[in-house]
Amino acid sequence: MNVVVCVKQVPDPNSVGQLDPTTHNLRRDGVEVVLDPGDEFGIEAGLQLAEANGGQVTVVSMAPEKGLDAIRKALAMGAAKGVLVSDPSLAGADALTTARVLAAAIAREGFDLVITATESTDGYTGVVPQALAEYLGVPAVTFAKTVECDGTSLKVRRQTEAGYDNVEASLPAVVSVTAGVNEPRYPSLKGIMAAKSKPVDRLTVADLGLDGLAPGQAIVSVQAAEQRKAGEVVEDDGTAAHRVVEFLAAKKVI
Amino acid sequence: MALNRVWVFAEVLDGQPITPALELLTRARALGGTVEAVCLSPEAGSAAAALGDHGATTVYAGTDPGYTDLLLGGPGADALAALAGEHSPDLILFPTTYTSRDVAGRLAAKLDVPVISNGLDVSVDGGISVESSIFGASQNVSTRFEGKGPALVLIRPKSFAAEPSGGGAPTIVPVEVPIADRHRSARVVERVVDKATGPKLEEAPIVISGGRGLGDPKNFALLEEFASLVGGAVGASRAVVDAGWVPYAMQVGQTGKTVKPTVYIACGISGAMQHTVGMKGAKNIVAINKDAEAPIFKLADLGIVGDALKVIGQVIEELKARPG
Repeated sequence: MNVVVCVKQVPDPNSVGQLDPTTHNLRRDGVEVVLDPGDEFGIEAGLQLAEANGGQVTVVSMAPEKGLDAIRKALAMGAAKGVLVSDPSLAGADALTTARVLAAAIAREGFDLVITATESTDGYTGVVPQALAEYLGVPAVTFAKTVECDGTSLKVRRQTEAGYDNVEASLPAVVSVTAGVNEPRYPSLKGIMAAKSKPVDRLTVADLGLDGLAPGQAIVSVQAAEQRKAGEVVEDDGTAAHRVVEFLAAKKVI
Repeated sequence: MALNRVWVFAEVLDGQPITPALELLTRARALGGTVEAVCLSPEAGSAAAALGDHGATTVYAGTDPGYTDLLLGGPGADALAALAGEHSPDLILFPTTYTSRDVAGRLAAKLDVPVISNGLDVSVDGGISVESSIFGASQNVSTRFEGKGPALVLIRPKSFAAEPSGGGAPTIVPVEVPIADRHRSARVVERVVDKATGPKLEEAPIVISGGRGLGDPKNFALLEEFASLVGGAVGASRAVVDAGWVPYAMQVGQTGKTVKPTVYIACGISGAMQHTVGMKGAKNIVAINKDAEAPIFKLADLGIVGDALKVIGQVIEELKARPG
């Protein structure tokens, strides 16, 4: 089966992100970028399904040139092929544009199953998998806690507010996986070496035959949020527990 | 601009609209224009009264059993697209829930209009803008819709309080958009409700959350014991959820739940922005962490530099010894 996994290069989640005050795009200069940690679960899920059913994993990313690093990491983990859609006109693309571009790249590739994270760790719009599925004309089985697939149909345990739903779907489909769905593997040294010779297709918007990608939203202001003020910080000298209990009593919750 | 018509997409649970939908109706009333709800569930009829109580003058009610037997994303987007074509709402508000995200995301692609996520508020002034906070709520962003509508907005739960409007019974308009066969290839075969003891995370007056600093998944039992003594609920940081220590449903943060308890107690949580965005709305924050430099102390009303397990253990002893 052909599994496509969508990946994204994001600013290191441990660093504080910044928007450029004039362009309102994410500042990328001087910021450490990494493969989105949430995407590693998707890559692992894709690799496991391809290994179990026969087939291969293709990773697709829409990103500036730097995004190639994220694709290389996925290739080092075991994906067979990469597709990078890189185009200056996509700077600051919104969720809908992202979904449209990814859908066009995926449709060009062909797929049985598309796997994504539930949201990216930088923009976290959380609607790309669903919009992608609509463009591809397939079901979106979202927020998967577990994914089983026999090559023609899927069984997914889908997170809900109340617990979970057991969902069955036939392929082709889009699945978005939550963190914790598996334990992502580390790239082996052999994998890292092999990744260097694996194919990566480089595409532009024109290659995908897309037009009219004007975003329908614009950031109009960015301001520092009001921050909470720090209170008292004390070393635990054995009386801290008593302080906590007194605090709870003073706030009338006990 | 003045809004003619604002819609709220209302999911139903156990015959009643979910609270985040009522929160959105409450906010929608203040935006001007006619407030209406779209409810797609075999139980839409029983949910309509509460929607009317919160300000919906009309409820578009779709009662096809497919709305619960299938995943709602596809059929929901189809129904909303058809209804929007007929009635031209300016704005459709969705609560940020798993299923509403599915519907809104598909609808955006279907109508080719943007959807803005993670909204905390909506304003109407020359256009429709959405206020949200980014980078762990360190920056506030206002994003404006451009081009054709309707504007689709996902708003985080608890951004507003749900208050009845004193309005009467809504007009119920049946939705008769057939569910396309292509949506029948994915179906819900079983719904499992996690048996929760004690109050829900989103509603508990005290939330006690654990992070990596607890050292071991089994130490969450101590937080459970504390919670059961004070009528609280237990939450967790993304790090321990990702590590598989506790279920995703317990995650507090950007990609988890938003909580606004009277007291939030962060145990062994450093305070990464991913987490703090989900809990900084708490009225009071207590943080216990060995690392005196942990960012969580910048938010805490009471910060304790120490071993969270030891402190919580002593708190439990003291609570048990309290009279009454």
